[in-house]
Amino acid sequence: MEPPPRDPASVSRRRFLIHTGALTTGIAAEVRLPMSEAAMPAQAAGGESEMRLRVNGQVHALRLDPRVSLLDALRDHLGLGGSKKGCGHGQCGACTVLVDGRRINSCLALAIAQEGREVTTIEGLAAGGKLHPVQAAFVAHDGFQCGYCTPGQVISCVAMLEEARRGDASAVTADLDAAPLLDDAEIRERMSGNLCRCGAYVNIVAAARDAARRA
Amino acid sequence: MSPGAASPIGLPLDRVDGPHKVSGSATYAAEFQPKDTCRALIVQSRIAAGRIARIDTRAAETMPGVLRVLTHLNVERLPQQGRAAVKPPAGREMSLLQDDAVRYNGEPIAVVVADTLEHAQEAASHIEVAYERGPAALDFEAARGGAYPPRKTVRGPPDTTWGEGASALDSAPVRIAATYTTPYEHHNPMEPHATVARWEGDRLTLWDSTQYVSGVRDTVAKTLGIPTGNVRVISPFVGGGFGCKGSTWSHVMLAAMAAKAVGRPVKLALERPQMFGPVGGRPRTEQRIELGASRDGRLIAVCHDVISHTSSFEDFVEVATSPTRALYAYPNGSVTQRLVKLNLGTPTFMRAPGESTGTFAIECAMDELAERLSIDPLELRLRNHAEREPDTGRPWSSKRLRECYRQASRRFGWERRDAKPRSMHEGPWQVGWGMATATYPAHRQPAQASASLARDGTAVVRCGTQEIGTGTYTVMTQVAADALAIPVDLVRFELGDTRWPRAPISAGSMTVASVAPAVRAACTRLRDALAKQDRRWLDAADDAGRRSAWRALAASQPTATEAHGESHPDASEDEQPFAARSFGAVFAEVRVDPELGIVRVPRVVGAYSVGRVLNAKTAANQLQGGIVWGIGMALMEESLLDPSSGRYVNGNLAEYHVPVNADVGEIDAWMVDEDDTRFNPLGARGIGEIGITGVAAAIANAVWHATGRRIRDLPITLDKLL
Repeated sequence: MEPPPRDPASVSRRRFLIHTGALTTGIAAEVRLPMSEAAMPAQAAGGESEMRLRVNGQVHALRLDPRVSLLDALRDHLGLGGSKKGCGHGQCGACTVLVDGRRINSCLALAIAQEGREVTTIEGLAAGGKLHPVQAAFVAHDGFQCGYCTPGQVISCVAMLEEARRGDASAVTADLDAAPLLDDAEIRERMSGNLCRCGAYVNIVAAARDAARRA
Repeated sequence: MSPGAASPIGLPLDRVDGPHKVSGSATYAAEFQPKDTCRALIVQSRIAAGRIARIDTRAAETMPGVLRVLTHLNVERLPQQGRAAVKPPAGREMSLLQDDAVRYNGEPIAVVVADTLEHAQEAASHIEVAYERGPAALDFEAARGGAYPPRKTVRGPPDTTWGEGASALDSAPVRIAATYTTPYEHHNPMEPHATVARWEGDRLTLWDSTQYVSGVRDTVAKTLGIPTGNVRVISPFVGGGFGCKGSTWSHVMLAAMAAKAVGRPVKLALERPQMFGPVGGRPRTEQRIELGASRDGRLIAVCHDVISHTSSFEDFVEVATSPTRALYAYPNGSVTQRLVKLNLGTPTFMRAPGESTGTFAIECAMDELAERLSIDPLELRLRNHAEREPDTGRPWSSKRLRECYRQASRRFGWERRDAKPRSMHEGPWQVGWGMATATYPAHRQPAQASASLARDGTAVVRCGTQEIGTGTYTVMTQVAADALAIPVDLVRFELGDTRWPRAPISAGSMTVASVAPAVRAACTRLRDALAKQDRRWLDAADDAGRRSAWRALAASQPTATEAHGESHPDASEDEQPFAARSFGAVFAEVRVDPELGIVRVPRVVGAYSVGRVLNAKTAANQLQGGIVWGIGMALMEESLLDPSSGRYVNGNLAEYHVPVNADVGEIDAWMVDEDDTRFNPLGARGIGEIGITGVAAAIANAVWHATGRRIRDLPITLDKLL
């Protein structure tokens, strides 16, 4: 059998490391942003800032405290309660959303820093009232119990499928030059940023495996 | 059910609330936002014992957006200093700012109310508190000298003996004794506790994340000194509880008091670190076990002495001796429960309270006895299988534990186990196989439900029970559809509201056993009332016929027909002529890195005797989740207490380790066929708690088999294996 064709965007070990480095720097910069001198006056005044957030294809004009996280903006100011707050510190993954197609912990991102970006939440996944295939797989495989981590798991799974498709490696990928195959070990590793205290991991893996096969 | 209609009971139906949960439309407490809702934030004490000498809130009160800062100096005075509803363990001792006392580090001492969360957070950091420190008891080991017997436990008196008690050990030819310890743990459901409180005149509505809406209503009304009917509690979805949302803790009342003080609805959501203290946790335990047996492995006597911690102001007993009293046919036994008081928040029920900690000790001890006797651990358990409840002699309502041992051991491949420790390897890994018995008592309480037929053909069935992830919406829909003889999609089950008929707490694996018979009773009455009008739907030949006849009947109703049903056990658990308990057999494989001490659990196999299963899909999920909890308990979970400050230093989800996806391997868990109609009319005993039991012991026993090391102190972290 022929090896699968190399995706030009697939990641070598070297590129993977570069990407990871860039990611880390990006996050650090984002977190530091409001503390930088340029942002100080707005914060010191204790006032609000105007911002435009594009969420699920819709633009919202908001006036918010610049300290408001993307998660709190979604939940408390846009009425999008599907993204969950489990810790507020990027430790549990319940708040996972897509920003420009990439999964992030929305509790660690400032709302004001998302201007010009496209935010996709769990509410934006189903099209025309029909569940996204990943959502349907979670229902069919009972990949949840209480449901509180579920929006984050689903969003994370959608992003994982895309990451694998474009060839991103994970910590358990044996061959960094081959297109990653989403076997159970890969799924478990790549979904480990999303805690499920009910312990529905066996079914979450089954749902992800099913969704990966259909993707 | 009418002839020809297949019963939906037992089918592995997808959850009826599944589409809501995967699309973000399931609404949890903090997501309810009545108009003008403001935010409240709890400020916690920073010492473990003493009093507040001075609290300065002036700076905080003048900060932007701040509406009020509640402290013991200005808060409303509650009847009986806020203790009107205290009746442990149902009504807890709360911290409601009624005095200046500090009883543990992290105790609520003030509440900041502001227009936004950011303003509340900033103001909270500007409150200055001066304390007068008092002596704090924070050392479990040191406090053991003062251990005392509690007045009672949920399983009766603290001390129980049967047969000749401990003295029978003297005649046993083989004896083993060992002490096992389990750490402080915290529940950490994914959804932090949250309450939204709104007053309209003298009527209060609470949207609360709770395992017991009626309990919250009763406690809050009584504590405030207002009629029960003035309080409504709503809780359609709960993001996990595992015991910590079974009680009404301080924040619920503080939200109500804050909303009253500012005259606006208030949302109070705990932050994750605030869940390490004020909302319970699993008590630390020290358990001494002694077993006496004949040389051929017949148990002669058991002694199990437990010390667990509680707070300085309320007794909570972790009844770890409970499984010991039920597991094996020892003719003689003695068990004791003792408490030590520490300056910590009051602990509480945590998944399989008593049984999770207790099975770790007794099931490890059985493994040590098997080793001493050179008898296979499974064979030792079979030789001592209890045909009756050991300490009372009552027969079981139903018990299929032997079948669990048979099915699970076969699936696991137990007969291929080499009994010698350190005998199995896989590459560089040491491999070990261990097993244990699982058990959890069956409980049932009175419950009520209503059923009505709406004109659009929907059967609306209501009960004030809760959905905490166990599948209550789905399972009760199945029970209702079965009793009404209609397809499940014609049923809408509503819960989580004190306006609906009363149901017990969702805890102790008793929701199905309590609520399902009430739902069935209400639906049977509705069916009988409707059949008198037009019984064509019951006589229809197929689902399509039933559906159209049912719709026609609904449309012909001048008003909605409604029926009520209730159900209760015939006698209290102690007075029943039988003992009701679930059992299971759990087998674990571990791999241990001999150089680094890393322990992995590639597979767990468990078979369970839990009565009739109402939904095979949600039931298996519950068992798998319980086993994941067992892996966490065995290998990682521990709240680390700073002995000088009394603060848990790892009070967050990065440092309090719970299993992540990559920590969990294959889990194969199922239910053996069973129908326990002696226990309740549905034949189900409940399933939520048993999954965790026995798992920590099975893993510890497998670690011994892999390494030859007995680790009797949980969690089994790598430092203990190096």
